[in-house]
Amino acid sequence: MPLQMMEGSIAVAETVRLCRPQVISAYPITPQTHIVEGLASIVADGRLDAEYICVESEFSALSACIGASAAGSRVYSATTSQGLALMAEVVFNSAGMRLPIVMGIANRAISAPLSIWNDQQDSIMMRDSGWLQFYAEDNQEAVDLHILSYKICEDHDILLPAFVCFDGFILSHVFEPVDIPSEKEVDEFLGPFKPYQQLDVKDPISFGMYATPEYYLEFRYEHDQAVHRAADALRKHGKAFGEKFGRDYSELVEGYRLEDAEVAIIAMGSICGTTKDAIDEMRAEGKKVGLLKIRCFRPFPAADIVKALAHVKTVAVLDKNISLGAKGAVGIEVKDACYGLGIPIYDYVLGLGGRDVRKKDIKKIVELAEKGSGDMFYGLREELL
Amino acid sequence: MVDRTIENFDCGHRACGGCGASSAVRMILKGAGENTIVVSPTGCLEVFSTPYPETAWKTPWIHSLFENASAVASGVEAALKRQGRLGKEKVLVIGGDGATVDIGMLCISGAFERGHDFTYVCYDNEAYMNTGIQRSGATPYDADTTTSPSGVCSTGNNRPKKDLPQILVAHGSPYVATATMAYPMDLMKKVEKAMNTQGPCYIQVHAPCCTGWGYDGAKTMEIGRMAVECGLWPCYEIVDGKQTSVKKVQRVPVDEYLKAQKRFRHLFKPTRNDAEIAKIQAIADANAAKYGIDIE
Ligand SMILES: Cc1ncc(C[n+]2csc(CCOP(=O)(O)OP(=O)(O)O)c2C)c(N)n1
Repeated sequence: MPLQMMEGSIAVAETVRLCRPQVISAYPITPQTHIVEGLASIVADGRLDAEYICVESEFSALSACIGASAAGSRVYSATTSQGLALMAEVVFNSAGMRLPIVMGIANRAISAPLSIWNDQQDSIMMRDSGWLQFYAEDNQEAVDLHILSYKICEDHDILLPAFVCFDGFILSHVFEPVDIPSEKEVDEFLGPFKPYQQLDVKDPISFGMYATPEYYLEFRYEHDQAVHRAADALRKHGKAFGEKFGRDYSELVEGYRLEDAEVAIIAMGSICGTTKDAIDEMRAEGKKVGLLKIRCFRPFPAADIVKALAHVKTVAVLDKNISLGAKGAVGIEVKDACYGLGIPIYDYVLGLGGRDVRKKDIKKIVELAEKGSGDMFYGLREELL
Repeated sequence: MVDRTIENFDCGHRACGGCGASSAVRMILKGAGENTIVVSPTGCLEVFSTPYPETAWKTPWIHSLFENASAVASGVEAALKRQGRLGKEKVLVIGGDGATVDIGMLCISGAFERGHDFTYVCYDNEAYMNTGIQRSGATPYDADTTTSPSGVCSTGNNRPKKDLPQILVAHGSPYVATATMAYPMDLMKKVEKAMNTQGPCYIQVHAPCCTGWGYDGAKTMEIGRMAVECGLWPCYEIVDGKQTSVKKVQRVPVDEYLKAQKRFRHLFKPTRNDAEIAKIQAIADANAAKYGIDIE
C-alpha cells in the first residue's frame, strides 16, 4: 500500500475498521472526537459491520464494552482526559474482569484548570489499573499499536485490556503520511475474536463475582502476572507484526543513537521525534547523546531499561505528567528500575497542558543533566509565579 | 406460558431467611424463561448469590459495578444482536432500588433512550440493604433508616418515593409495570410479558426485607400483601404509555401495614403521630385515585 496523507485520528479510525470490532461504544471529547466521528461514518457507510452504541457518557461507553466483550464480541472505545477520569471505576473493573478491550487515548491534560491540550497525565493516572499502556511516537505507531494491541490483548495467555496512547493534537490532529495496511493483511494477522469465556445460555457461567479475603490476593497476583507476561507477548506478536507489515515492534523500548551515548534521554510519545532531531544536532556538535524511547509503559520494561542504560553516564527523563507531591511517573519508575546502578538520573516535568517543547529545550535539559541539575519543572515562566 | 418448573436460582445463596428479594428473583427467572442472560449491579443480590468460587445462578450472569448494569446490558444486547443471537437469547437486568433509582439512573436513562431490547427488573426493598439500611430514592416517606433516622427533630425519611416507573414511561418504554413478590403468578406473567416485548421494559417489584424493615422473616408474604391492600404499593401495567391493568383491592387503612414494621415504629411510640400517619394515608389515597385501585 502506498503511504497516504491523513489526519492521525482518521488513520486510527480507519485502522480500527480493519480490526473489525463488532461493537463500538465511545463518547466524544476533544481531542479524541474525530476518532468517534470517523468510526460513526465508517459504520454509517457500511464499511464496517458493527454495532455503534451512542452512549450518554464515557462511564457507559466502557461499561457497554464490558458487556459486549463478555458476550463474545471484539470491542473498541476511545477517550481522553476527563472522559478517562469519568471512566475510572470501569477502567479498573474491566481490567479485573480480564476483558481484552482496546481503547485509544488521545492524551490530554486533566482539569482544573481546564485544558484541552496535550500531556500524558490522563493515561498515567490509570497506570495502576491493570491495563496495558502503549505510547505512540507518531501516527504510524498509533496505527500499528492498535492492530498489535488486539493481538496481545486477545491472546489467551494474556486476556487484558490496553490503552493505545497518542498525544492529543500533536498526533491526533496532525496530517502525516501513514501506511494503512490492507484488510486482508489485518484479517490474516488478527483473525476473528475467539473469546476465552463468554455469556452464553448453552454454557452458563458467572462473571464478576465477589471474592472474599481468601481469594482476592490470588486474583491480583494472577492479574499482575498477566500484565508481566504481556511483555513477552509484545515481543512475540511484535516480531510477527514486523514480518507481516515490515515494521518491527519486538521491543518494549527503543534506542536512538544510544550505543555510545554518555547522556541518555528517556521519553514517551511524540516528544521522542523532537528529541531525535535535537540529538542529531547535538551529535553534529560532537555531543554523545542518545534517546531511549519507552513504547510500553505497562508492563514497565525495567530490565530492558537497565540493559540499555548500562554504559551511559547520565540520564535525563522527560515527564509529561506529574505525581503531585512526588515527581514525574516515568522518572520515578526509571529510578526504581536503576536502583543501585549508580547512574545519576534526573527527572524533568515539562510540556504540561500543551506547553510547547522544542529542540532547544531538549538541548538545555541535556546541559542541565550534565551539570547535575534536575528533578524539576522545566520551562516554568518565573514571571507568573 | 410461564414455566414454573424452571429453577435457575435455587441453591446455595446466602440471603437472610425470609428475604423478599431472593424469592422475587427465583420467580423473576421462572417468568424470564430458560434463554436468559442476567446482568446485576452491586447490592445484596450480587453479594448473597455469588461469593467466589460459588454461584447460585444457573443462567449466564454478569456483575460489573453498582451503577452500570444497564450500560453493561446495552453492550451484551449489542453483541448478541451483532452475533445473530438476540431473540434466541434475552437480556435481563435485576437490580436493587439504590442501583436503580439513584446511582444507576444515568445509565438506565441512556439505555432506555437508546431503545435496547432488554428488561430491567428492580427488586425494591426500599433502601440500601447491602451496606446496612441507608435511605435510597425509593425509601418511603417517614421510614426510619440509618441515614434517615427518626429522632427528636426527625420523623424518618422526609421525601416520598421517586417515581421511576413514570420516568421510564416518559422515556417511551413500551412496557412498564409494578409487581410484588407477594403475588407470584402476577409477577411471573409480567416478567414474561416484558421479556417478550421488543425494546427496553421496566418492572419494579416490591420485595420486603425482614432485616431492614424489622419484622419476622416468616411474614414476608403477608407484609407484601398488606402493602398492596393498603394502597401503598399499586400493582399496575403501562403499555405504550397507557395504563392497561391494575390490581383492585378492598382498601384498608395504612395503619396495620405501618405497625407491622419497626421502620415505622416511631409513628406509634411513644405516642401515635396522627399528623404523619395522615400524610402516609394521603399517599395511599393519591395512589388509589391515580391508578384506580379501589373496588367500588
Ligand atoms: C460507587 C459505589 N458507591 C457505593 C457502593 C457501596 N454499595 C454497595 S451496594 C450499595 C447499596 C445497594 O442498595 P440497593 O441497590 O438498594 O440493593 P440492596 O443491597 O438493597 O439489595 C452500596 C451503597 C458501591 N459498591 N459503589
